[in-house]
Amino acid sequence: MTFDLNTIWFILIGVLFTGYAILDGFDLGIGALHLFTKKDEERRIMLNSIGPVWDGNEVWLVTGGGALFAAFPNVYATAFSGFYLALILLLVALIFRAVAIEFRSKQPMRWWRQMWDIGFSVGSILSSLLIGVALGNIAWGVPIAANGEFAGTFLGLLMPYPLLVGVTTLTLFMMHGAIYGVLKTEGELHDKLRLWAMSCIIFFVICATTTTMATLLYAPHIAERVKENPWLFSIVLANMLSIANIPREFHHKNDGMAFLSSCGAIITLMALFAVDAFPNLIYSWPHPENSLTIYNSASSPKTLGIMLVFAIIGVPVVIAYTICIYWIFRGKVKMDRMSY
Amino acid sequence: MDVLTLSRIQFGATIAFHYIYPPLSIGLGVMLVIMEGLWLKTKKPIYHQMARFWTKVFALTFAIGVATGIVMEFEFGTNWATYSRFVGDVFGSALAAEGIFAFFLESGFLAVLLFGWDKVGHKMHFFSTCMVCLGAHFSAVWIVVANSWMQTPAGYKIVTHNGIPRAEITDFWQLVFNPSMVDRLSHVVVGAWSTGAFLVVSVSAWYLLKKKHMEFASASLKVGLTVALIASLLQAVTGHTSAQGVGKNQPAKLAAFEGLYETTSNAPLTIVGWVDEKNEKVDGIQMRGLLSFLDHNDFHTPVTGLDAFAPEDRPPVEASFLFFHGMVAIGFSLIAISALGFLYFRHGSLHERRWLLWILVFSVLGPEIANQLGWFAAEVGRQPWIVYGLMRTPEGLSKIVKANIVLTSLILFTFIYFLLFAVFIYLLNDKIQHGPHDEDLIPSGKLALPDELTHHKKS
Ligand code: HDD
Ligand code: HEM
Ligand code: HEM
Repeated sequence: MTFDLNTIWFILIGVLFTGYAILDGFDLGIGALHLFTKKDEERRIMLNSIGPVWDGNEVWLVTGGGALFAAFPNVYATAFSGFYLALILLLVALIFRAVAIEFRSKQPMRWWRQMWDIGFSVGSILSSLLIGVALGNIAWGVPIAANGEFAGTFLGLLMPYPLLVGVTTLTLFMMHGAIYGVLKTEGELHDKLRLWAMSCIIFFVICATTTTMATLLYAPHIAERVKENPWLFSIVLANMLSIANIPREFHHKNDGMAFLSSCGAIITLMALFAVDAFPNLIYSWPHPENSLTIYNSASSPKTLGIMLVFAIIGVPVVIAYTICIYWIFRGKVKMDRMSY
Repeated sequence: MDVLTLSRIQFGATIAFHYIYPPLSIGLGVMLVIMEGLWLKTKKPIYHQMARFWTKVFALTFAIGVATGIVMEFEFGTNWATYSRFVGDVFGSALAAEGIFAFFLESGFLAVLLFGWDKVGHKMHFFSTCMVCLGAHFSAVWIVVANSWMQTPAGYKIVTHNGIPRAEITDFWQLVFNPSMVDRLSHVVVGAWSTGAFLVVSVSAWYLLKKKHMEFASASLKVGLTVALIASLLQAVTGHTSAQGVGKNQPAKLAAFEGLYETTSNAPLTIVGWVDEKNEKVDGIQMRGLLSFLDHNDFHTPVTGLDAFAPEDRPPVEASFLFFHGMVAIGFSLIAISALGFLYFRHGSLHERRWLLWILVFSVLGPEIANQLGWFAAEVGRQPWIVYGLMRTPEGLSKIVKANIVLTSLILFTFIYFLLFAVFIYLLNDKIQHGPHDEDLIPSGKLALPDELTHHKKS
């Protein structure tokens, strides 16, 4: 593995999408759990726990998409035109989510709030599922023609393995969101969220185990790299330790540590995914020779270089004020006049 | 309908819908900075109330702007995949820059702007407002850079990659400062200021008509009318330089804007008129030589007509002509409206002139419609090219996407956008009917404690 610009951009895009999964992951999770409580007051607290930050979280997706467009335009073109309907559904889900958060509490009528609550929750669930299914397809491999265009169908994307990854992603985000909720709330809702978080952890562990087995049994090509390079088992190990650590910290009421472990689980999962995929961005199946790699689909080295300068200037600044903002809004949710 | 038509309708419709909101956010952003700045400077509670009220309206427009923006970004890949392969190297970097430099800034500090009133000090809050405003301007910068490159490509070379030609960057700064960028950016940004200012003017005029929140309305009008007048005047200036740029860089487009079929010296400017596409002429009131003068600062220099271009290289004339003339007509009307409003306001007799107040109430539609018409003129006038002179629009389509799929997404978007628009208008109206809160006259939380204001402290 040479450390050239293409590799750096592979890593950077991985970082952007991992940032997205960690950050938007918890607000998608909160959304998925939204309908579990019937009380208006509690729903408002859940919304306000993500109120100031969800928009910034979603920017990680927007920027990840932009970076993919700029660094690997062929992947962007093939994946987006190939997954057309799936992406349109994702857009619809994200639109409903976004406006539901803003609109819901603007009117007191029951039907009004119920309508946007459903929009928010279904939008969150559908987005998580679709993101997972897309990831699952990319790991499993999709048919690519010799000219680099997608050669499959929409229904072909809904195979058992990607669907399994979709459900796993949903449970992962719900677990992540529930832990975040525990951190941000107090009183009765806090206790409820703690219970939900425990159930989500169990569901997630079941799903993750099933996915791992399915991968080993039916998609051995995914795990090949780890088998060839035993030191990569350290990532697998770190992943298992992070997941196992969540209930432990939770039990000791170290909610902050539980949340960090949950972040750790996401990071290691993404790292495993990236390590197995490298240097492919879209694995072509059944014709591996048509795979889109970080070389045959990249922009010119000059562009990659210019964008690296952007990243070097921009990313630290972004991280700095993201931390500031989370710091300003630290602590338990308090409702005031500007709240949703 | 074929994939091409459907994809064009979908792109045009979704971007037109998106573009209802960003000008409001950019413009209101400037208004918020001015209002909050005035509050910090004068410590008059009325400015605090204004900033609070308009922040709520801002939140509303911003939410829909964000929700509809992601659609735009995805559509390049879903519907225009071949175009994306062709321009990704150049155009993608501008989009990525928009994410890193604009959206993060905007969305991050938006949190403080909306929810931070009681959490941070008043200077920090003001700083956040400025950053949100700056972020919104940066989005305009990068997206206009990208779009202007499509209008007047520069700083690139064509290279064959995997057997297909594509554009690659040769000079980044030449790409950014491509020939039309500065003119268009200034025109777009001023158009956004004008939109924000006229929204403030509209709502305030309505309060005056209804004799509600009078003090609030007068203070808002003062700020609103001033910005509206400045912006309307600047709009004509930047529009003029844009038009000269179009004449130089995209002569076919200028000829279509003016319906000029034959290359002529002393070229006439049509004030009002319509295009007869069949007989290739324009009927209406024309001023001889004025177009030559506006384009070349000289009444006699010839202006290139459509006859200089093969029929397959000409944009649709009638549509370009109507969009362009519609925008210019609105532009001059806005100058007149804001000047009248400003003068009567200074004179102190604005609230007596109900006819003018009624015009002001509807004035916000002016910049909104002009913005739309302007973009339609610019984009339709670029046809038949998707990247001017390099790639024709049909060549940019995704190869594998079928018409029925695009039709599905088009119906879906149409449905959702109508719903969103209805809800937006409903909520906006609701906010306006409610008006500013009286408790906003007294700052709360940490903001209640600026040194000079301690006597306002709430229990
Ligand atoms: C408040 C909105 C508004 C108003 C009042 C005007 N414009 Fe405009 N115009 C725009 C909003 C706009 C825009 C939406 O910002 C456009 C679309 C694309 C662009 O670059 O700016 C535009 C484009 C645009 C173009 C085409 C640029 C191109 O194709 O590259 C020209 C030549 C003008 N304008 C000229 C004018 C003139 C002479 C006006 C007279 C006062 C005027 N505009 C008023
Ligand atoms: C916000 C204001 C904008 C509006 C209202 C607008 C409107 C339109 C319309 C009506 C078309 C269809 C033209 C035709 O088919 O005859 C079009 C095409 C297009 N525009 Fe824009 N546009 C806007 C901004 C942009 C920007 C900022 C970009 C790029 C960054 C862009 C990229 C494109 C592309 C790629 C097409 C291709 C489809 C085609 O040419 O038909 N547009 N736009
Ligand atoms: C094809 C062209 C366009 C694309 C791909 C695009 C993309 C986007 C995206 C992805 C967002 C959401 C960002 C977030 O999540 O925070 C957004 C919002 C925004 N866009 Fe666009 N946009 C386009 C055209 C324009 C134009 C022409 C302007 C202004 C001149 C503009 C100004 C803004 C602003 C200010 C926002 C922030 C939200 C708001 O203010 O309503 N965009 N855009």
